[in-house]
Amino acid sequence: MNAKTPITRTYLGIPVPRPKVAFFELSSCEGCQLQLVNNEATLLDFLSLVDVRTFREAMTEKLDDYAIAFVEGSVTRADEVDRLKKIRGTAAVLVAFGSCACFGGVNQLKNRFKDPAWVKKEVYGSHPIETNDTARPLEDFVKVDLQIFGCPVKKEEVEKIVTNVVLGKSIVQPKYPVCMECKANENTCLFDLGEPCLGPITRGGCDSWCPNSRFGCWGCRGPTVDANVEQMREIMNKYGFSEETMLDRLECFGGFAGHAAEMRKTVRRGGPAWPPE
Amino acid sequence: MKITQNIDIRHLTRVEGHGNIKIAIKEGKVEQATWEVVETPRFFEAMLVGKKWENAPWICGRICGICSIGHTLASIRAVENAFGIVPTDQTSKLRLLLKHMETLQSHVLHLYFLAAPDFVNVGSVFPLIDSHPDVIKRAAKIKLLANDLCDCVGGRRMHPTRTVIGGFTMLPGKEELVKFKYRLQDVVDDLTRTADLFRQFVIPDFTRETEFVSLKGDGDYPFIGGDLVSTDGVVKKEHEYRLMTNEYMVGQSTSKWSKLSRQSFAVGALARLNNNFAFLHPAAKELSLSFGLKPVNHNPYMNNIAQLVECMHVVMESIDLINGMLDRELQEPRQKVVPREGIGVGAVEVPRGILYHCYEFDKEGRIVKSDCVIPTSQNHANIQHDLMALAEQYAREGKKDRDIELLAQMLVRSYDPCISCSVH
Repeated sequence: MNAKTPITRTYLGIPVPRPKVAFFELSSCEGCQLQLVNNEATLLDFLSLVDVRTFREAMTEKLDDYAIAFVEGSVTRADEVDRLKKIRGTAAVLVAFGSCACFGGVNQLKNRFKDPAWVKKEVYGSHPIETNDTARPLEDFVKVDLQIFGCPVKKEEVEKIVTNVVLGKSIVQPKYPVCMECKANENTCLFDLGEPCLGPITRGGCDSWCPNSRFGCWGCRGPTVDANVEQMREIMNKYGFSEETMLDRLECFGGFAGHAAEMRKTVRRGGPAWPPE
Repeated sequence: MKITQNIDIRHLTRVEGHGNIKIAIKEGKVEQATWEVVETPRFFEAMLVGKKWENAPWICGRICGICSIGHTLASIRAVENAFGIVPTDQTSKLRLLLKHMETLQSHVLHLYFLAAPDFVNVGSVFPLIDSHPDVIKRAAKIKLLANDLCDCVGGRRMHPTRTVIGGFTMLPGKEELVKFKYRLQDVVDDLTRTADLFRQFVIPDFTRETEFVSLKGDGDYPFIGGDLVSTDGVVKKEHEYRLMTNEYMVGQSTSKWSKLSRQSFAVGALARLNNNFAFLHPAAKELSLSFGLKPVNHNPYMNNIAQLVECMHVVMESIDLINGMLDRELQEPRQKVVPREGIGVGAVEVPRGILYHCYEFDKEGRIVKSDCVIPTSQNHANIQHDLMALAEQYAREGKKDRDIELLAQMLVRSYDPCISCSVH
């Protein structure tokens, strides 16, 4: 931001500081950062809340004094560990921004193969390529102060959380599942429409974003408090969906990694020609 | 004057993903001009192996946050081609409308937020919020329309939810479409003003003869499926895409590179325009000619103008598409899918150029092998050769280092690269 922008703004007549924030991305599609730019209606108001110091996707200036760091993406290569530790060293608050940062996201789908060399060879053949054997969430390497879930993050939720951080209010993550929000939205249950859905076990807060479009939940926000995965399995069976269908959804974003690993022991995909998972 | 300088830009800004520019000039002679891609690979092609067909578009949309709709549509097309599913006319039109709105939001994002700051000598769009509020509000208005219409048709502007193999999970209401028609008509004037803005900018004078690759129009300016064409006269079928892309690895890049008739080729808005100018909407054609842009144009910086021309084209055509839908009863949104063994290719023109997804399925519809060829990966070699020619031209002319540094960055930005996408 330039010098002309006011340093403070007021809330209920009381001046509130504009915290210095920075955005970073590790291995990702950069979509979560784009979600901020994508919020045209409130973007300018939102930007006036904070002092953007680094946002490579949008600006040339790179200033390394910041209090809040939003880090998108998962860690998949050694140099990203160094970058992440450096960011952690500067930021007072480190935010894991989106499902890749929180759980590994779709990137962790490569982790299910037993042989990391096969993964490299499948894409690059014999050409040497540097990568870690597994894609990991930020918290495996540094302390994470706050998680914002979703693939992609929901901009309204991001703005609410950031506003609360700026105003010093506490951040409360929803304890209820997506299923409850879907009911509140008066949607027809997707199981009744013949679609599988992880809404009953997935953390809410997205306002049942996908089910609102008659598209079943894939669990991108991870498990809700006390998620009953076993009962979910029974529901899927009852409606005639295969174990493989359940596993595909459980393992997609990494939030249910433990449950997926357990399930993978009994669910097989394809014949002996498949690479071992 | 013979210049000597070193330019070393690590993680170029205002582009998607991570790339470096290195230029070394010693006494007027270019010793190095390198475009490095250092993005981490995510191994999407491996991830998909063993997965059932319905996973493909949902996972592959995540290759890119900016063009997730394009990836989703290319993925869906590849699966449908493999299973022998022909989309209904209604589905095809809705997909095209969705595709157009992604093109509009992506081009406007690039033109205003990523490219324009260079032309007015600022580091980002943020200072322009104070100095040129009307301009930024206009950009936000056009982008908001495009994204809102993506929400309406695709369920979500990023990583769409209604787009599935066989069609859509649900359809937009006609009342909504009517409102969008008026909003589309309203932004035509905003695009004319955008053109007025870009007319004030000096487009750098640099050309290098280039081969341009895109879909081949057949009566329409092409976006989804069809034959493949190059300005050097190569024509191939969609399923023969590998004969157009010829991917190979190089040391300076974690992304694969491509070549066709020459050492490199270009894809993107300029390539589409160069190959399919005749099929542009008359208003877009007129706009193009007002910038002196007609085929075959070899100035890579003109890709910015080609994007602007395409903005006009997609808005005008979207109005026609909505009019067509309003005249007819809406049909069943989704076809039944029966998986079968086989290979399918989907070629789709996404904002940065032609994108290919290819999947091979077993008889139960599980992916045995997958391949995605990204527009920016096809452009990397061309960026490299442009960069070398540009450094040589400006070294010869004795340009000051700040100029070369800025022009080199602007060159790469003109391609609107999507680097994390290219490595995927």
